Amino acid sequence: MVEEVDHESVYDGLLGGDDSQWAFGTDFEDPLAGVDTTLPDGVEGRALALYCIMLADDALVMSQRLSEWCSNAPDLEEDIALANIALDLLGQSRLLLARAAAADPSLVPALPEGSPIPAEDALAYFRSDREFRNVRLVEGPNGDFGQTIARLLLFSTWRLALFEKLAASRDKVLSAVAVKGVKEMTYHRDYAGRWFLTLARGTDESRRRVVGGLTEIWPLRAELFATHEVESLVAESTVGVDPATVADEVDVLLEQVFSLSGVERPDVAPLAGVRGETGRDGLHTEAHSRLLAELQVVARAHPMGQW
Amino acid sequence: MTVAPETDEQQLLSGFELTIDHNDRIEPRDWMPEGYRKTVLRQVAQHAHSEIIGMQPEGNWITRAPSLRRKAILLAKVQDEAGHGLYLYSACETLGSSRNELTEMLINGKQKYSSIFNYPTLTYADVGTIGWLVDGAAICNQVPLCRTSYGPYGRAMIRVCKEESFHQRQGFELLATMMRGTDEQRAMVQESVNRFWWPALMMFGPPDDDSPNTAQSMEWGIKRNTNDDLRQRMVDMTVPQAEALGVTLPDPELRWNEERQAHDFGSPDWDEFNDVVRGNGPCNTQRIEHRRRAWEDGAWVREAALAFAARGSEESADQPVDADEVEGCPRW
Repeated sequence: MVEEVDHESVYDGLLGGDDSQWAFGTDFEDPLAGVDTTLPDGVEGRALALYCIMLADDALVMSQRLSEWCSNAPDLEEDIALANIALDLLGQSRLLLARAAAADPSLVPALPEGSPIPAEDALAYFRSDREFRNVRLVEGPNGDFGQTIARLLLFSTWRLALFEKLAASRDKVLSAVAVKGVKEMTYHRDYAGRWFLTLARGTDESRRRVVGGLTEIWPLRAELFATHEVESLVAESTVGVDPATVADEVDVLLEQVFSLSGVERPDVAPLAGVRGETGRDGLHTEAHSRLLAELQVVARAHPMGQW
Repeated sequence: MTVAPETDEQQLLSGFELTIDHNDRIEPRDWMPEGYRKTVLRQVAQHAHSEIIGMQPEGNWITRAPSLRRKAILLAKVQDEAGHGLYLYSACETLGSSRNELTEMLINGKQKYSSIFNYPTLTYADVGTIGWLVDGAAICNQVPLCRTSYGPYGRAMIRVCKEESFHQRQGFELLATMMRGTDEQRAMVQESVNRFWWPALMMFGPPDDDSPNTAQSMEWGIKRNTNDDLRQRMVDMTVPQAEALGVTLPDPELRWNEERQAHDFGSPDWDEFNDVVRGNGPCNTQRIEHRRRAWEDGAWVREAALAFAARGSEESADQPVDADEVEGCPRW
């Protein structure tokens, strides 16, 4: 006998009942459940894991900054769109961190015996800023909406170009993450491009702000195309992409937006590293450890916690 | 049979009343009494404002959510609330008030939002408690509104209620997970429930004998149940949930009444309720200032979008322009 559902009673079915009726919260505990995580031939686990961490950290930190816009955006549509982009990137980082943990479990921070915290969360919440491998572009404060759009335009154009190539990765997990990411980031880039054009050709003030924002983030552009040793390794074994190989494509795409917008490509010098080290080496700006302090505060207070 | 001549207004009114009596919907182009229009607008606008202000207390924890999965769930939830605000502001537009006008009324204190959002969120357990109790109470209020007489509001509520029930489930599931965790986490859940129980019961509004608008709203089919009926329903439904979670509800008078087949329970602190409604709650000023800041900081962006759209239509009137350019869409 089928039990009558009382649509007036919102509490019915909170306990027991059929879990499949709920969208969230009852499954997908393991982001890579059922996925074959065997390493492709000739690929070193550590290099693959470090590469996944780099891509994951870019997405996680960018997502964290974008999520700060939630309830602060210029209009409700932008609250929703920016949260959506943050959610996509968060999902990418979760899969990539899980991939990293499977490829080289020794990189996962040690937690107290019996801690229920999954490996991808241990990586997100229990590493210090020096262990984060994101590019420095993503970690600074958002600035105003113009600067946020300028950064998102540069970031999503670059990351989409990378992921389009990464879809051919010999690592099936990375390839699947890239294929999914391409669909998501096509929207992110389109969103940023439309707003860049709108602001550049909107009012004097909006133009001043978006051009100012672009100039502000431009020194961090060069780092996106600098090849780290790990990226060379994974590119050689055809599981990853050398970012230098997408530089021209990204430049052409950005030039199109700039020219439609009537904006000059900024003429500013790249931001120097320290002793030659930058974000990919774990060398960050001062903003990074504050961002992590906020991101990690609850998780770190409960190393045995279940969430 | 001949009917005594009626004025147009009387005819329109009896048509309107017939629609209400048949439990049919009033639609935007239908004639409606001015009092009805104002009352629906007031209620829908307050509901829209509540969704938007309601993004803040939970949004407070997005950047600190303790796992990637919880962060995604919370961000998606707060995003849904922005979406609810959008549908409801759209429903208001069908009654002749724009989102801009209503937002101005919110930040100038001329329209209200649910007082529950004037309470602070102090721990991550509050994210779960808000889902379980606050969204639960909201759905108790809102499910009957799916049958409300004003069409656009009722249809918006159907979608809102579906999403709210996911949120409630997520909140309950977070609390249940935390209760299986450490002693500290269990204590955090209990402390959070202690803080939110009474404010959640206050969400149904003042007692019936002190609720001046209820009778007219029920007659017009805008409101379907009295405040006290809904409050009783909420208590009866929540008690077994609390037992299943392993938390106590902070009410020494709470007990089953065999005769009434319902729970007896204590009275919320209506002085506190009135104080919060009057603007003296722990977060009233903060919530409105946050909204005002976001709105004012975003003014230049909204102006830019309007200017860009206007320029696009001017240019296309003068001369043929690249269509992509006019629509603001660079071709990739």
